[in-house]
Amino acid sequence: MARHRGRGIASINYPIGMNLGGDPSQALVHSNPSGKFTVSLSSIDLGQGMKSVTRQICAETLGVPVEDVYVDTADSDTGPHCMGSFASRGTHRVGNAVMAAAKEARGVLMEAAAEELEVNAADLETDGRGNIHVKGAPHRSISTKDVAIAAQFKQGKTISGRGIFLVPLSAVDPETGEMSPATCYAHACMVAEVEVDDETGEVAMVRMDSAYELGRALNPRLVEQQLVGGAWMGVSHALFETTEPYYPDPNHGPRDFVEYLMPGPGDVCPHDIAVLERPAPDGPFGAKGPGEMCANPVMPAVANAIFNAVGVRVDELPITPEKVLRAIKAQGGARPQARR
Amino acid sequence: MLELRKDIFADERDDNLNEIGKGTQRQDMLGHVTGTSTYFNDHKLQGMLHLKVLRSSHAHARIRRIDTGEAERSPGVRRIIRGADVPRNLNTLLSLINFGKDDEPTLAVDKVRYKGEPVVAVVADSDREAFEALAKIRVDYEPLGAVFDVEEALKAGAPVVNETYPKNTFTYYEIYDHQKLRFGDVERGFASADHVLEQRYQMSPIEHAPTETNGSIAAPDTNGRYVVYTSTQALFFSLDTCAKILDVPSNTFHFIGGTVGGGFGGKVDTLTEPLAILGAMLTGRPVRYIFGREEEMQYGPPRGAERIYLKDGVRRDGRIVARKVRAYFDSGAYTRLSSYAVVKCAAHLPGPYTIPNVYGDIYCVFTNRTPATAMRGFGVTAMDFAIECQMDKLAHLVGMDPMEFRILNAYRDGDMKAHRREAKNTALIECVQVAAEKAKWSLREEFKRMSSRKDGGGERAAVPVTATDPLKPARPAAQQRTPYDRPPRPAAAPEPPRPTPPAGSPTPAPQPAAHGAIRFSSVFGSRRR
Repeated sequence: MARHRGRGIASINYPIGMNLGGDPSQALVHSNPSGKFTVSLSSIDLGQGMKSVTRQICAETLGVPVEDVYVDTADSDTGPHCMGSFASRGTHRVGNAVMAAAKEARGVLMEAAAEELEVNAADLETDGRGNIHVKGAPHRSISTKDVAIAAQFKQGKTISGRGIFLVPLSAVDPETGEMSPATCYAHACMVAEVEVDDETGEVAMVRMDSAYELGRALNPRLVEQQLVGGAWMGVSHALFETTEPYYPDPNHGPRDFVEYLMPGPGDVCPHDIAVLERPAPDGPFGAKGPGEMCANPVMPAVANAIFNAVGVRVDELPITPEKVLRAIKAQGGARPQARR
Repeated sequence: MLELRKDIFADERDDNLNEIGKGTQRQDMLGHVTGTSTYFNDHKLQGMLHLKVLRSSHAHARIRRIDTGEAERSPGVRRIIRGADVPRNLNTLLSLINFGKDDEPTLAVDKVRYKGEPVVAVVADSDREAFEALAKIRVDYEPLGAVFDVEEALKAGAPVVNETYPKNTFTYYEIYDHQKLRFGDVERGFASADHVLEQRYQMSPIEHAPTETNGSIAAPDTNGRYVVYTSTQALFFSLDTCAKILDVPSNTFHFIGGTVGGGFGGKVDTLTEPLAILGAMLTGRPVRYIFGREEEMQYGPPRGAERIYLKDGVRRDGRIVARKVRAYFDSGAYTRLSSYAVVKCAAHLPGPYTIPNVYGDIYCVFTNRTPATAMRGFGVTAMDFAIECQMDKLAHLVGMDPMEFRILNAYRDGDMKAHRREAKNTALIECVQVAAEKAKWSLREEFKRMSSRKDGGGERAAVPVTATDPLKPARPAAQQRTPYDRPPRPAAAPEPPRPTPPAGSPTPAPQPAAHGAIRFSSVFGSRRR
């Protein structure tokens, strides 16, 4: 009786946005008279950081500091239509809508600044710190606050913008499945190392090493939060979770977190992540989205690692100690494969 | 620990940006860590009532009689709501994008199709009084045979779960009981393979397990409007669904949400809003409807369980030459969103690899269990589990390193994908290389030098000769589709008149089969392009 270590891998890709497109999102951006901007959305922040990512996109596009932008989400009276926060569509679809709205607002901002500085708007640039100046002549400068005051009270201009992003709906050929499902894909590869106890069938995570390609990582800390949490969900799906333990027999379903098993803090293992950024041609600043795909490679990587450790294949999720032990017994004991 | 590999694909990016790429603290961080962020359930409204539903105790049964007499007299009860009180008591979520037929009541009327299906709602002064009233409702059920296994459900003579889909499968393009993918000739591929491996994989139903359970609070507002605080993941999706079910213009509602305690796909189905609003309409008081943990776990929709059969042909040199897939999505008793996931799954085949012959049949199957819904990786997660376990077995079979096996078969820029679009902006090879580096997994030099940007296209860009299935006659739509923004009232929207064949004439000739591209969704309806 022993514990055996093994490593397994999986590599995947994932489509960004609703399958076939046809899932629009809108955004509105406007400035108050102090040069502080509000982004109005009906999109939802599920905790993933929707508000923060769109805030950074808006600030970058306007050329103002992120502190000067506030994102207001999910009020159907003030926020224009959005399909919703699902299908890894938030960063890509809503981000693009915010970018379009911010571009329009920036156009007015620069026109208003040009009028105050008595120059051509094309000769102006933003410094990202709340000022607009003549290219090559930083001393000929005006703050966004002063521009906003002038626009509102002197020029009668509204520094605002509207944005929508829509990937046109694709048709599907019923005979061949020909279709345009998505405009860009994220990618990942996961190496999982496990330790399998051949006496109990228990599987412990030892470590994970991964590489994720997500287009541009707009906020690396939010990306990390998604990837770490998503991998944990993957481990949980692989080894623990089910609402029907005897599926397809529906009986004996868990009713609370005492009966529904998930890994606890003691089951967490080190996870070393590399992020690659191949910008999506149609993503906001090249972004795709890390949201959904991060749990996917973990399940098969863990299953493959278990095979490497003890030589059994469990093709039904979750891979419980009972299934592992039965499989080990059926083949007459653990058969560790070549160490990787 | 997270490392940004800025060295890779550096020539495709301009990294000289002010705000993008920075790990700026979240806008809502302070609120979240100090417990002051406002969630839907933080709205405690004066005079708020509480709604609870009686759930079916049977997986499949005819409802003979519902007796709410004693419950109505129970202390604190303000209103009992039955199916007949729901203005449009039949809906399917994706009718908003014009996909599928209305198949699910808000409250069951004649039949229950899964254990836990809502039958009657009680609105009371407190949760406790609502629960006490529920216990006094008597429902006389006539139990029916139930089916729980996706393949059993497809057999002749299986109990009909949902009469809208009498064959227990969702109908695609009015003709098919599954979504097809056809690319090349898999049988020829298998014949040219050195090994053929067929395996079965089974996903399990999984709970989204959000910290905050599904819920909403609806309250009468001024001027005949209703304000709704909700945990929805899709504000307008829920708003438009409620407008349809309650048969009022969408601007009757002011939905407020946006800060949600975890969704993962489990808060798209708009399960609580219609009844909460109806409760507010019928009582004139604010009404709260929130799931308990057991409801969330057992009767709130889970990630569906897919059963997948994969058959692959691989050559000795490690090239996969054919992949055939048969998959069954367990939708539970109603469609919700599984029909959509099936199409997404077909688009995902054969995974991120270039395989010259690919064949897929994906079914959306109805069984007598809690309807499944979207969850993180919808339509793809289970398929990735199957494909990647299979990849490991194939590599083992041909004696190749599993990392190198994936690099060898990986799709590259310029390759033709099985859904007949060119692969662009690919990065699978680089991910495998970097993960190998991180894990100190040695790759042979030639595999370290391979690139997503090299050696794709050419022969790999070709669409192979593909045989399609014999065409079947199209059946006319049994139910009228509804446009996205303004669903017609059922009374005002009778079935479109169909030509009646003269008496005694033979069966009308089958309509020409639909082939060529069909739009399956959105306001355009099911039209040919």
